[in-house]
Amino acid sequence: MTAEPVVTPEPVVTTAPAVTTGAANTAAGISAGAAGADTIVDAGTRGVGADVGRPDGVPKVQGRFAFSSDLWADDFLWGHTLRSPHASARILGIDIGPALATAGVHAVLLADDVPGRLNYGLEHPDQPVLADGQVRYVGEPVAVVAADHPDVARRAAEAIVVDYEPTDPLTDPEAAPTAEPIHPNGNVFREINIRHGDLDATGEVVVEGTYEVGMQDQAFMGPESGLALPDDDGGVELFISTQWLHVDREQIAACLGIDEEQVRLTLAGVGGAFGAREDLSLQIHLCLLALHTGKPVKMVYSRDESFFGHVHRHPAKMWYRHHADGDGRLVKVEARIVLDGGAYASTSSAVIANASCFAAGPYKVPAAHIVGLAARTNNPPCGAMRGFGAVQTCFGHESQMDKLAAALNMDPVELRLINALDSGDRLVTGQVITGTFPVAEVILQCAGAPAPDIPPSDDRRDLPGGSGRTTDAADTVRGTGFAVGFKNLMFSEGYDDYSSAACRVADGVATVTCACAEVGQGFVTLAQQIARTELGVDEVILAPAQTATIGSAGSSSASRQTWMSGGAVQAACRAVRDQILADVAADWGVSPDGLVLRDGLVVSLDGQQEALLAQITAGAGYEADVEYHHAPTEALDENGQGNAHVSFACAAHRVVADVDPDLGLVRIRDITTAQDVGRILNPTQAVGQIEGGTAQGVGLALMEEIILDNGQVRNASFTDYVIPTTLDMPDVTIAAWVEHPEPNAPYGAKGIGEPPTISSSAAVAAAVRDATNLPLPKIPIHPADIALG
Amino acid sequence: MSDVVVARSLDEAQEALAHQPDATVLAGGTDLMVEINRGLRRPRHVVGVAQVPELHRWSVADNRVVVGAGVTYTEMMTTALADAAPALAQAARTVGSPPIRNAGTLGGNLGTASPAGDTLPVLAALNAEIVVTGPDGERRMGLDDFVVGVKQTSLRPGELIVAAELDRPRGRQEFLKIGPRNAMVISMAGLALVADHDARTVRCALGAVAAGIPRARDAEVWVAERIDWDDGAAVSDAVADEFGQRVAAAASPIDDHRSTAAYRRHAVAVLATRALKRAFAQGGGDDA
Ligand SMILES: Cc1cc2nc3c(=O)[nH]c(=O)nc-3n(C[C@H](O)[C@H](O)[C@H](O)COP(=O)(O)OP(=O)(O)OC[C@H]3O[C@@H](n4cnc5c(N)ncnc54)[C@H](O)[C@@H]3O)c2cc1C
Repeated sequence: MTAEPVVTPEPVVTTAPAVTTGAANTAAGISAGAAGADTIVDAGTRGVGADVGRPDGVPKVQGRFAFSSDLWADDFLWGHTLRSPHASARILGIDIGPALATAGVHAVLLADDVPGRLNYGLEHPDQPVLADGQVRYVGEPVAVVAADHPDVARRAAEAIVVDYEPTDPLTDPEAAPTAEPIHPNGNVFREINIRHGDLDATGEVVVEGTYEVGMQDQAFMGPESGLALPDDDGGVELFISTQWLHVDREQIAACLGIDEEQVRLTLAGVGGAFGAREDLSLQIHLCLLALHTGKPVKMVYSRDESFFGHVHRHPAKMWYRHHADGDGRLVKVEARIVLDGGAYASTSSAVIANASCFAAGPYKVPAAHIVGLAARTNNPPCGAMRGFGAVQTCFGHESQMDKLAAALNMDPVELRLINALDSGDRLVTGQVITGTFPVAEVILQCAGAPAPDIPPSDDRRDLPGGSGRTTDAADTVRGTGFAVGFKNLMFSEGYDDYSSAACRVADGVATVTCACAEVGQGFVTLAQQIARTELGVDEVILAPAQTATIGSAGSSSASRQTWMSGGAVQAACRAVRDQILADVAADWGVSPDGLVLRDGLVVSLDGQQEALLAQITAGAGYEADVEYHHAPTEALDENGQGNAHVSFACAAHRVVADVDPDLGLVRIRDITTAQDVGRILNPTQAVGQIEGGTAQGVGLALMEEIILDNGQVRNASFTDYVIPTTLDMPDVTIAAWVEHPEPNAPYGAKGIGEPPTISSSAAVAAAVRDATNLPLPKIPIHPADIALG
Repeated sequence: MSDVVVARSLDEAQEALAHQPDATVLAGGTDLMVEINRGLRRPRHVVGVAQVPELHRWSVADNRVVVGAGVTYTEMMTTALADAAPALAQAARTVGSPPIRNAGTLGGNLGTASPAGDTLPVLAALNAEIVVTGPDGERRMGLDDFVVGVKQTSLRPGELIVAAELDRPRGRQEFLKIGPRNAMVISMAGLALVADHDARTVRCALGAVAAGIPRARDAEVWVAERIDWDDGAAVSDAVADEFGQRVAAAASPIDDHRSTAAYRRHAVAVLATRALKRAFAQGGGDDA
């Protein structure tokens, strides 16, 4: 029998039905955008569209929410990972004797101890569970230890003697394709060639540029952690923070060499994700140690270790050449994009596809030649991060649009407007946009918002340099920058990333089951809102997200869960509703079309009859289980052409920044945004996504960068990997929700998590360029780039 | 595992250190605990001094300010110390975040002796005397003799930092610091500048641009001769710029993951120019 893990100090609150309504911050400055958008949602007080507070919000603020690092079980052990100090080395031998001899140590495991498949990976299993004769990046796991105290585990890991023979690391992705392979699968993850339209076309005005984006970290607040408990039948139960339970299970089971059913995952409290939890980190290690020792094992990465425990955003080098006619209409875009994928595949092949497909920006481009390369190096592995390839190329195409505007002596906003994509237009992949895509309206709403009122301040904290007192107003120049970006929603290129959900209504109470990972995006709020709207109930219980109770929900990434798992929950609720109405209709001898569920009642529309839902569903109640699929997509052909994507969303940012050019310091004074959202389902949660996503873009533009030196990470800590503080990030003014319901999306809502991160970095860079007249071809822009530029 | 003595008086602290001279002193723990958590230090014996009342004392006299080793950044910013030693308050405000400023102490900043320690340039510019006590009795020394290398002090086994005694000159004081964002940063370059209208001197010290905390002595002497001490005319742009260049010559910065030597040298020049202009704006600036 498996002991139930104890969660301290309170049970996982996401299951609690109690919800507080009406969060206070119905952001000032939000104007309802979309004139004429039809009202398709019933914005009841706690249903879809309402400003319902998140059930986990107050507990998180009060410190009562149990994160995955708060789990414990009786008599559990602590795991620790020994990592490679070398970017590239052969392992000649490993002596675990001294570690095993340490009092309190229960297990020391190496690659030989992996019973199943030796490698794992989201798309290509090319990453060793534990290094097998070779390490390929600094931080690669070599051994794992379980002991009765975390310090004992850590010291035992230090006592393991690894005989490394270091070799010269391959750190230049451009050199990778022709260099000696550093992995049996070779050094190229994927090369993409998009050839679209008349490639011989040239424009009257041509601008060219080379741009670079540094390696960003997701910097979530809750480091990797989890608890594994062995069962009596050779299986294992894992409580884990992740973005996708079922794909974790698949990989874990393969590497443990047991059936998927023997691996049961439950989502534990997730402290942020942003893509970094899409790949496995400690999942297999925990299960290996638990099965080996027969005891529960817990692991928590330290903050520093977390920088080695997950993939990062791909650094990019991009060359662009834009051709336009004399009026500024784009004629052709040429680009070459090189992404450094680091040592293992992760999602590199999908990231380079996105980077390439969206490389030209949300513009009408009749001809394009775009070459994308994701290469393997001995740098840390890179994979998913909010924006997924589109962030890097947005910096490229928006830098180019500004350059083009300057060459044409044209207003940069006007240039974007006349080229803006719309429904019915073609992407450079040849795909015709069939959904809504109001790029021009987003641009107009953002650029047309009133100029910010920035009162003069003699508080130096409002100026560049902030609390460092470096700068007076007279030392600053002001600049304004504008950028637009877009990306796809859901997975692409033929992937069927469905979601599953179940709904049960008994005694008038709805219970919704879905394995969607709540990583902060607010699904737990939304699932309850959907059930209320569809079933006319008030009380909705959200069952824990688990692999044992329901099928896959797909990943909490790609801005897809509101659409996909929201769609699954909606469909499950509607299936239950239909059963209930059919039974009641038969009973009453009326047509089910004349009946609705409302306020806990079954009501006939003619007002003649009503019954309590609680009575109708007394006892066993009604139940339905559904899978929700989006419209199918297809692979890209050898010219990068095809209907590879489901849907698109765009956002624009306008940034006003004060710059101290002598010291190279920046203080952003205003950020205004507008976003193509389809339909807002919860205003406060939407504001949260936009503020957070924008801040992450500000970080990438001005400070967030993992600094590498021959494969070594130089700043693996929050001391030296800095993210924006309140003195770096102004309030975000949302000029408009641009609401045009997406035809095939549940409630017309588009995913909103990623677009804010895509255009904000480019807009910040543009503002700093406007202030300084410097080319600034690389983000993050460091002080020296301005002061010595 | 370590044994920990929580001292409640200076005597208790001294006794504990005499008994266990290799013990590590723990004040606010904002440096020490980080190092312990990272596994960089494993002290066997710890003497906690956060509850030693003598170390928390500070006093302001006509021309002298005494700051106990246990005085926190928040206290430097919010008590009468802020008027008596304005640059110390300015430096304190740049340290970390409110929780760090509530716990971190002057003694800890000295004990860590990092070139990026933000109070250290202020102490240097205010001619601080560091007061320590230990088995050999009380010793007093200037900052140059206290900080002897990167994160190295001349503290002897069993010694405790008691206080820093600072000048209280008549004139403006400035502390400026550059980091990779607008708050809560480790210094990439810092500078303290103090005007002394009685001695007719300018004193300027630098942080994070050398192994120690250099005073820009040549620049100080050069500029003192170019200041209008009698009538208080504003310092000219030309003088301020050249002062900046001369101060930068006192820096010996390095390239590291936080910045480059070239930027640090450039930045120090800009900071020095600005600090001088603020300290000697129109009106003489001896009102501070
Ligand atoms: C998030 C964060 C941000 C920070 N930001 C800054 C910053 O902006 N600027 C900056 O300068 N520092 C910063 N620090 C570092 C730290 O806060 C300061 O150095 C602080 O002054 C240390 O004081 P403490 O009382 O916490 O010292 P502790 O950590 O207790 O001790 C530090 C060292 O001094 C020794 N020590 C302490 N008191 C005495 C004494 N009385 N006698 C002898 N030895 C003693 C200790 O043995 C130890 O070696 C930051 C730290 C953190 C964690």
